[in-house]
Amino acid sequence: MEALLEKHDEMTEGALHGPEGKLPAPDARYRGGMGTQGLVQARPQGPVVEERPILVLEGLSRHFGPRCPHCQDGEAPLERNVCPRCGTVHALRNVGLELYPGEIVGIVGESGSGKSTLMQCLYFDQEASAGTLHLQSYDGGLQNAFELSSQERLRLRNTMFGMVYQNPYLGLRMDYSSLSNIAEQMISSGNRLVQAMVGRGSSLLDEVNIPQRRKTEAPRRFSGGMQQRVQIAKALSNNPPILLLDEVTTGLDLSVQANVLDLILRIRRDFKVGMLVVSHDLGVVRMLADRTLVMLDGRVIETGLTDQILEDPQHAYTQQLVYSLL
Amino acid sequence: MEAAYAVRDNPVSRDQQAPRPGAARPLLTIEGLTKSFTVHAMGRHIQGCYDISLTVMPGEFVGITGKSGSGKSTILRCLFRTNFPEKGSLWYDSAAFGYIDLAQASQRQVVYLRTHEIGYVTQFLSVLPRRSAYDIVLQSALETYGSKQLDLCHSETEKMLAHFNLAEELWAVYPRTFSGGEKLRLNIAAAMIKQPRLLLLDEPTASLDNASKLKVRELIEQLKNQGTTMLGIFHDLEFMEGLCDHEFNMQEGVIA
Repeated sequence: MEALLEKHDEMTEGALHGPEGKLPAPDARYRGGMGTQGLVQARPQGPVVEERPILVLEGLSRHFGPRCPHCQDGEAPLERNVCPRCGTVHALRNVGLELYPGEIVGIVGESGSGKSTLMQCLYFDQEASAGTLHLQSYDGGLQNAFELSSQERLRLRNTMFGMVYQNPYLGLRMDYSSLSNIAEQMISSGNRLVQAMVGRGSSLLDEVNIPQRRKTEAPRRFSGGMQQRVQIAKALSNNPPILLLDEVTTGLDLSVQANVLDLILRIRRDFKVGMLVVSHDLGVVRMLADRTLVMLDGRVIETGLTDQILEDPQHAYTQQLVYSLL
Repeated sequence: MEAAYAVRDNPVSRDQQAPRPGAARPLLTIEGLTKSFTVHAMGRHIQGCYDISLTVMPGEFVGITGKSGSGKSTILRCLFRTNFPEKGSLWYDSAAFGYIDLAQASQRQVVYLRTHEIGYVTQFLSVLPRRSAYDIVLQSALETYGSKQLDLCHSETEKMLAHFNLAEELWAVYPRTFSGGEKLRLNIAAAMIKQPRLLLLDEPTASLDNASKLKVRELIEQLKNQGTTMLGIFHDLEFMEGLCDHEFNMQEGVIA
């Protein structure tokens, strides 16, 4: 694993991650970025490193339809997420979140609550209607990524994000070999060294336990769990600081699910990748996420530490969700 | 964040006075902690604990006693932020942050404290499926020392498992099948490898036989000698006689 890390560091020469994108050394003392004003400094402290989020999303909205004066107000009452006057569907309303390096944030909610739309907006698969996205490791968080040119967005998407779709058919070219799939991702971020790409692809497929002799095989002929693992390998290929995982374990049997969860935690631990994990399975989120957002009808209705969301849910809907857990 | 319940992420500054210079600083000062639970579906409001105040000095072992349902666990859960403190302050003397109110700390700060400073031990295991006992403790070690120091993590893990009397033949086994006492020792091992400043113990001796209880007592004695500060809930505090510095009774609401 370490050898892999080093090898890749040489390849990218650490150019993708600015110094800001790196986590402080494990023993360095740091403050959570979100609440320093609550602290009272009672005596001189050791070196304090400010912790900064790698991703800050604010006020993200996504609507389908004309919008009328009634629903242009972000707080206007809707019938679930549909405007009662003009029929505009508000898939996302004023969603905000922060992601820190090496952190896993879970996003839960029922079908149609806007989880996947959120992920696809972050990955520029869908156009955001409103909102700002700032990425520390791209440009120091200077520009709103939603307003970048399409060319820049493509570059950002290929270098900053790894995406794993619920449906492997969206994330992989099923008729090309697994290695080619990974190489494609690396080519699109500017890599042209075939040898390096094959080496990196091969070690990533090792990492996700795809046997040697199947690396040149097309994912069409793989089981669902294997396809999901090829997607994860592909998503990791550019060593992105952020992974977006949309229902990665849905539809996998329990034993394969345990393998994928193990893999995700290992990636977090060894590469310090920040991850957004969308799942309707609270058990998966409990095992993975440090913090969790609960979504309902396109809005974030509650956020908290994952165990607090599960043990002491505040919102009526969250309680209903948690009490439905087997 | 716009979420209705994310208020605690933007803590309000408070005028908390640091203790007098020269006086020993308490590691933990709980002031007027109140916690109740609202169950929306049934329209019920349930009282957890009400107006609790207590102080724990560094290196002390304080036991909480009281009737079942009197809110003992709620206190520990509020300290660990598994429960959301409703009212009151929980001042904790952190190595990284200085004096910090756990009720107001940001989620990221709590995550940091959980990984580096505050441990929580119960008899119940909540772990990833298909993890051996060894891996669970190793995982904890990796969180503390980082995966770059793998050798150190392995040696610490072995030391810790041996120290807490977990038979070597159990190391490679998934703990699903462990006895209550074995699970508890595994939990303590995973918590202790992080060398927490503050250890919260939630009924670690409940449903254990006498021999296992003695083991737990020994463990607590060792931890205490190493200087770990502990706050624990015990059904039978007399069992901890001579170890426990203070007893906090929920009904009387005072430290004895």
